[in-house]
Amino acid sequence: MTAVDLPGPVLARDGLADVPTSDDTQTRKDYASDQEVRWCPGCGDYIVLNAVQGFLPDLGLRRENIVFVSGIGCSSRFPYYLDTYGMHSIHGRAPAIATGLAITRPDLSVWVVTGDGDALSIGGNHLIHALRRNVNLTILLFNNRIYGLTKGQYSPTSETGKVTKSTPLGSVDRPFNPVSLALGAEGTFVARTIDSDRAHLTEVLRAAASHRGTSIVEIYQNCPIFNDGAFDAFKDKNSREATVISLRHGEPVRFGPDGALGVTRDSVTGSMRVVEVADVGESALVVHDAAADDPSSAFALSRLTDAGALQQSPIGIFRQVEQPTYDDLARQQVATAQGTEGAGDSAGLAALLAGTDTWTVA
Amino acid sequence: MTRQVKQLDRVIIRFAGDSGDGMQLTGDRFTQDTAAFGNDLSTLPNFPAEIRAPAGTMAGVSSFQVHFADHDILTPGDAPDVLVAMNPAALRANLGDVPRGATIIVDTHDFSARNLAKAGYTENPLTNGTLTQFRVHAVDLTTLTVEAVKEFGLTRKDASRAKNMFALGLLSWMYGRPTEPTTEFLTTRFGAKPTLRDANVTAFRTGWNFGETTEAFAVTYEIKPAAMPSGRYRNVTGNAALAFGLIAAGQQSGLPVFLGSYPITPASDILHELSKHKRFGVTTFQAEDEIAGVGAALGAAFGGALGVTTTSGPGVCLKSETLGLAVMLELPLLVCDIQRGGPSTGLPTKTEQSDLLQAMFGRNGEAPLPIVAPRSPADCFDATLEAVRIAVTYRTPVMLLSDGSLANGSEPWLLPDVADLAPIDPDFATAPNARADDGGGSFLPYLRDEDTLARPWAVPGTPGLMNRVGGLEKADRTGDISYDPDNHDLMVRTRQAKVDVIARSLPPTEVDDPGAELGRGARMLVVGWGSTYGAIGAAVRRVRRDRRQVAQVHLRHLNPLPPDLGEILARYDRVVVPEMNLGQLALLLRGRYLVDALSHTQVSGMPFKAAPLADVLRGHLRQLDGQPAVQHSERHPAAGVPA
Ligand code: SF4
Repeated sequence: MTAVDLPGPVLARDGLADVPTSDDTQTRKDYASDQEVRWCPGCGDYIVLNAVQGFLPDLGLRRENIVFVSGIGCSSRFPYYLDTYGMHSIHGRAPAIATGLAITRPDLSVWVVTGDGDALSIGGNHLIHALRRNVNLTILLFNNRIYGLTKGQYSPTSETGKVTKSTPLGSVDRPFNPVSLALGAEGTFVARTIDSDRAHLTEVLRAAASHRGTSIVEIYQNCPIFNDGAFDAFKDKNSREATVISLRHGEPVRFGPDGALGVTRDSVTGSMRVVEVADVGESALVVHDAAADDPSSAFALSRLTDAGALQQSPIGIFRQVEQPTYDDLARQQVATAQGTEGAGDSAGLAALLAGTDTWTVA
Repeated sequence: MTRQVKQLDRVIIRFAGDSGDGMQLTGDRFTQDTAAFGNDLSTLPNFPAEIRAPAGTMAGVSSFQVHFADHDILTPGDAPDVLVAMNPAALRANLGDVPRGATIIVDTHDFSARNLAKAGYTENPLTNGTLTQFRVHAVDLTTLTVEAVKEFGLTRKDASRAKNMFALGLLSWMYGRPTEPTTEFLTTRFGAKPTLRDANVTAFRTGWNFGETTEAFAVTYEIKPAAMPSGRYRNVTGNAALAFGLIAAGQQSGLPVFLGSYPITPASDILHELSKHKRFGVTTFQAEDEIAGVGAALGAAFGGALGVTTTSGPGVCLKSETLGLAVMLELPLLVCDIQRGGPSTGLPTKTEQSDLLQAMFGRNGEAPLPIVAPRSPADCFDATLEAVRIAVTYRTPVMLLSDGSLANGSEPWLLPDVADLAPIDPDFATAPNARADDGGGSFLPYLRDEDTLARPWAVPGTPGLMNRVGGLEKADRTGDISYDPDNHDLMVRTRQAKVDVIARSLPPTEVDDPGAELGRGARMLVVGWGSTYGAIGAAVRRVRRDRRQVAQVHLRHLNPLPPDLGEILARYDRVVVPEMNLGQLALLLRGRYLVDALSHTQVSGMPFKAAPLADVLRGHLRQLDGQPAVQHSERHPAAGVPA
């Protein structure tokens, strides 16, 4: 089999470049649908919905050109609450459905809303392939580390030993780290944020929306009913400074009270670890490069998240690189064929049907 | 040397060899040349699921049967008049189908003790009297080929690989086929490799000359062109016709075609074909799995494309949850199921009609969807257009049930005039369809058209019609989530009613009952669907040649069934339903019409043959006359008749 060099990939374009903008000034109210929001009181989903409704007007897009596609789970009710086009689909399949939509409709801003069970368990295959293809989608992965809608079974991100209804003696399987998984699939935009930090959430979502290609944002989302406090370490005002490893492109990875902590790379293994800056000096710290073509450093950073109960985790944009998107290239092949062979019309159809070997019966 | 030229009205040739011997190509070329000559024809490729089964074994035998005639024919034929066997295994695997007196052309080259053993022969059938009942031409085709192409300096292996072209040349001579198309074909195919090109063309010519100059072949045959309806023809396989139907449907509807598909036998050729025609605005998406294939197609349909997925039975299993969603979303979607032997992985390269009930019922809940089935390879084109018409008009997923024999089989196709193809109107929603409380316009995504019960297709990008759809039960009209018991009852019945009303758009069912108009109609009706059309038609013709009356109905629409079918069935004393499954249509007919439909079934992975099927019909006719069904002389292993 042969491989060909694909001509002129479309790069350096905003993810929303083909989406028509609105002349009207929009407000958050424009994005609220008439449906009553029905998550449990105190659910982290409310905060994310608020943040999204709050920041969508800033994008200035025509509302009718925005589509939210979700799977199944608590967070997947999201599309019902936004006055855009939306589809509440089936368990795990939203990335596949959104892929077909994004390929055929470059004029849409396509969002996928999913959860840890939806994206990483039943829909794991679609997620990694969307990331691998780099389809122009923005995926919001609400990670509450539990199954909420089915009332409290452990999820593929639950810590080992999790005692739930389905694992009374503790779960025995290891959890996925969603960011590591996405980087393993060479996702071109991979970020993590947290429901309680509205400013950070909004900033990351905005960057994700304008990234051309598949953006995935893991959102730590508290489920007060079945897994309350899973992310408390990052919320508590007193502990937060020492637990949130804040990632900023081009800056040394430094955190903790008075910036006393930082991250260095082991020169032999390449893995990252948390150190006291006083012990190593600032120059030894890793400078975060989200734009690095090679995802290895971003992956190494992602390993700083605890697999068990969360005590420390990097938050921010791990990777943001420009690569050709599947949908741009697929459309380009159609356009090129139409350019060189002429767009198919009825004469072309007649010629196609006839092929090269015909005969005539008088 | 004077040659005898014998006139024949029809011939069945089967080319058989090892999977690596190029038998499919040989058969295909003979078919193209035969089509060019103007005979009517029908073909049956038959090959193993393994790409390269061990050479020389029975498991590795691949064959291609072509039936051609001076009149219109319906099937690839029951038994070959000529068997071309390229090795011992090919002989052994096919000999059982060859009737006494038939011609067998054997390449003797591989009849060594070792290769005979590989094929399971303990003695050489060429010399031990096994073949005395046949006209045998035992020729070392391989050596003749290697000699002929010596000058090109190929390796012995490459040289001997041209033997299929030698055989093709010989058969082309015997049956007076034109040689130009194949010469041209080889020139194009091996254009980049001049030595291979020259070797193959030379082998082909040498095969022809061998027939011409060798006294062994005393007779050539002439099969006059068939008197077919006038017009321009090509030869076409079912999968190609289906792919062309999709492109035509895209043109007729003005919708971009989006195919989401995962490779699976025997459907993959549709993906291959469509991927070549991007200039028609066709996008092909090779998905990560069957589920993503249909999911992406549904996503594209949501966005206003003609969403299509192609698959076979195992893939339909995986897609069924998404089909349920499509039923709820009420979006146009076409699912092409190219059926194969099942269950599970089953017989990937063999044919069966056993997905009918899966198509009807294979989803959770009450999830009806229309089903359309083509009857012949060329009919795949028209059936595809019809399936798309239904999908787009009624906003529903539609299942198109083709099968392996249609997919790979071919026949002459009277090319349609593109200008005569009916338009398909997507009729997108562009404006509010209701009044809001404040007096302005509002949009009700589940407000239905009174005639079709279809809901509006409002695609993203349309201002003012923003709405949310999903798999949860919808409230009538608004499409909001609803758990209301009465609403659910209404919506379940409405989705069924929407499929049922499609029946109103169907033409009257064609009943082939020649005596009926004179008041001397048949007492027995044979009902079939899908690829059995040819075999049933041929069996019916045979029975009529006995001056017996039998009527035939072949169904294109399996769901909904044609509105006049119940009345037609009631006219006959006996209804026989031959199917390549265990009686799935018969079950539907019995349930729906309370008619005592009698099933005749075959699940061998091979199409029905006309002769045994005719015997079955004769048995039924005798029973109608009050006689025992089976006459001793007619007993045939495949012809089970209910006692
Ligand atoms: S179960 Fe948990 S995640 Fe689900 S809505 Fe309630 S609080 Fe939110």
